[in-house]
Amino acid sequence: MLKSFFTLIAASLLLVGTASAAETVKLALIDPLTGPMAGAGQPALEHLKFEAKRINANGGIAGKQLEIVGLDNKVNPQESLIQLQKAIDGGIQYITQGNGSSVASALIGAVEKHNQRNPGKEVLYMNYAAVDPSFTNDRCSFWHFRFDANADMKMNALTTYIAENKDIKKVYLINQDYSFGHAVSDAARKMLAEKRPDIEIVGNDFHPLAKVKDFTPYISKIQSSGADAVISGNWGQDITLLVKAAAEFGLDAPFYTYYGASSGVVTQLGDKGVGRIYQINEYYGDFDDEEMAKRQVNMYKETGWDFYYLRLSTMLDMFKKAADKAGSTDPVAVAKAMEGMSLETPTGEVVMRAEDHQIQLPMFISVMQDDMKYGAEGTDYNFHKVARIDRDEVTLPTTCRMRRPK
Amino acid sequence: MLELVIFSALNGVLYGLLLFMLSSGLTLIFSMMGVLNFAHASFYMLGAYFAYTLGMYTGFWPALILAPLLVGALGALVERFGLRRVHANGHVAELLFTFGLAYVIDELVQMIWGTVAVAYREPSYMREPLFTLFGTDYSIFRGVVILISILMFIALWYLLKKTRVGMMIRAALTHGEMVGHLGHNVPRLFMGVFGFGCALAALAGVIGGPLLATEPGMAATLGPIVFVVVVVGGMGSLQGAFYASLLIGLLQTFFVAINASLADVFNALGANLDPYGEVGRISLATLAPMTPFILLVLILIFRPRGLMGELEP
Repeated sequence: MLKSFFTLIAASLLLVGTASAAETVKLALIDPLTGPMAGAGQPALEHLKFEAKRINANGGIAGKQLEIVGLDNKVNPQESLIQLQKAIDGGIQYITQGNGSSVASALIGAVEKHNQRNPGKEVLYMNYAAVDPSFTNDRCSFWHFRFDANADMKMNALTTYIAENKDIKKVYLINQDYSFGHAVSDAARKMLAEKRPDIEIVGNDFHPLAKVKDFTPYISKIQSSGADAVISGNWGQDITLLVKAAAEFGLDAPFYTYYGASSGVVTQLGDKGVGRIYQINEYYGDFDDEEMAKRQVNMYKETGWDFYYLRLSTMLDMFKKAADKAGSTDPVAVAKAMEGMSLETPTGEVVMRAEDHQIQLPMFISVMQDDMKYGAEGTDYNFHKVARIDRDEVTLPTTCRMRRPK
Repeated sequence: MLELVIFSALNGVLYGLLLFMLSSGLTLIFSMMGVLNFAHASFYMLGAYFAYTLGMYTGFWPALILAPLLVGALGALVERFGLRRVHANGHVAELLFTFGLAYVIDELVQMIWGTVAVAYREPSYMREPLFTLFGTDYSIFRGVVILISILMFIALWYLLKKTRVGMMIRAALTHGEMVGHLGHNVPRLFMGVFGFGCALAALAGVIGGPLLATEPGMAATLGPIVFVVVVVGGMGSLQGAFYASLLIGLLQTFFVAINASLADVFNALGANLDPYGEVGRISLATLAPMTPFILLVLILIFRPRGLMGELEP
């Protein structure tokens, strides 16, 4: 109670304090900034602030200065709606969120409703990490743009990679017990059955989101199942503690993860993670692009966080490109300009598909390695690229039938 | 199968011992002062953070001793200058005081150490395997944790049953005024017990921090379970808390280990539950984190005084 009261005061001061500055466009990040999942929200906030400086130095968003406002939602859908209302009351028309499809689901509904009732004051929701496939399929919305590959696309890429490894015969699935975790599990079973029918699924566990501190019982179970590989969509503390427990018990099976490079993993695992933790992501830890390497070095120096979210940079770049093209920061104009827009990124061209507002991009599989040129979290470890899956191999059809404003 | 049983048992016992270390202080404080200390888990968190910070200067072992001592002293101060004054206004005031204290400690921890987990780890040599069984390593640190817990249990038992202070404490549990009339300083005894209880919680934090995670939410996660332990064991019963801790530890780990759904269990008992229905298909592993609370509800219905408790709550 006390905590939310303080954040309320702090946030309202923030909103009041900045409302007077003219010619700014504000983007509110609604994500966990405290609590067990803060390790996922805090780096995103620092990332956005770091990249906003670059955008502003290059002329800003349609001539206006971009300002990032962090609002703490504690990965709670109700709390997120309060934060959304606070953002709207403060005149903010752009929001972004990534951690938790449960939160994203609530936000999509709320934004949809708000925009219907308040024409001229629309809010645009840029999703950088909530990957429940339904948001760009049957539940797609004109006001929602997703800058991360959805759970099915990631699994599509991951299973293609796993299918090539003939040593893998038994796979264990462990995921968080909510819509996203179930989406990961369903996609894994369906796609593995298509690509490698001989692979046996020896376990399919769900555990509560952000509640488990001790994963050792799960590790014992994986160990005794004889699995050759583990697939997990876990994020935040749930991935850190999971792989930490696995390393401690000497589990040899590699982990194929969505978020294995989350903050804390490298520090917690050290040597025991090398060659064992794989990640499917839009980027990797080699920083073989000069510009990216520079950003990694600078960002770590300035904020203490690694340059991990290339997609946040892509999101801001595309936001700028769309607003510049529309010549305005009106959300309707920006949304229309963003549809079908393509952008050159360090990994190749990415496209925001107009049909369902799902970004189409190449994906990479990387594995934790020692002696990397640019180590993560101040160590020598980082995630080394082992495979690139091109845009047209990652893509999946959509069932979206979008209703657009007239 | 055998390996799963052995490791689940080891993990369950380890978790149970950690819970006991945490709840023994709480139950001691409750039985003596009648205060349900809501901030107890916060002292556990402080133990982990103190050990993390001290450990950077002194190393793990000195921190293992120093952090609980510091937190114990802090607890004694809280009793002397906070709780004792509030005590005059009755139990509700005390309850509210500890409730507020938990929030204050929570916020302070976030201000000082940040909102994300800190990299508090056991020394690297303790990460090596103590033994390897069926290809699974059991780290030295886990062995050390079990050893410390058992030593603590023996020391606590000795203190309460065999020493003069223990005799006074036990006497003050039931006949506080009489002990006072005999010339003993009962308020100072209370202060000591409160500090000692907090130190035990801190010790649990020092060894629990590397095992679980040292983050500002750690008090909020374990807090409710510790209360479950105290209620299930019987309010104020140390022995009960011990059995309840082990029971909860084992229940939680074995629920995860068993590959069965609710339908399997109920149908084996003769019920007829649809194995593909909304309820029937829920797996026991999914229910594992809920087991302490299911146990709490069952105990309150069928045996309200707890496993070993003498008083009705």
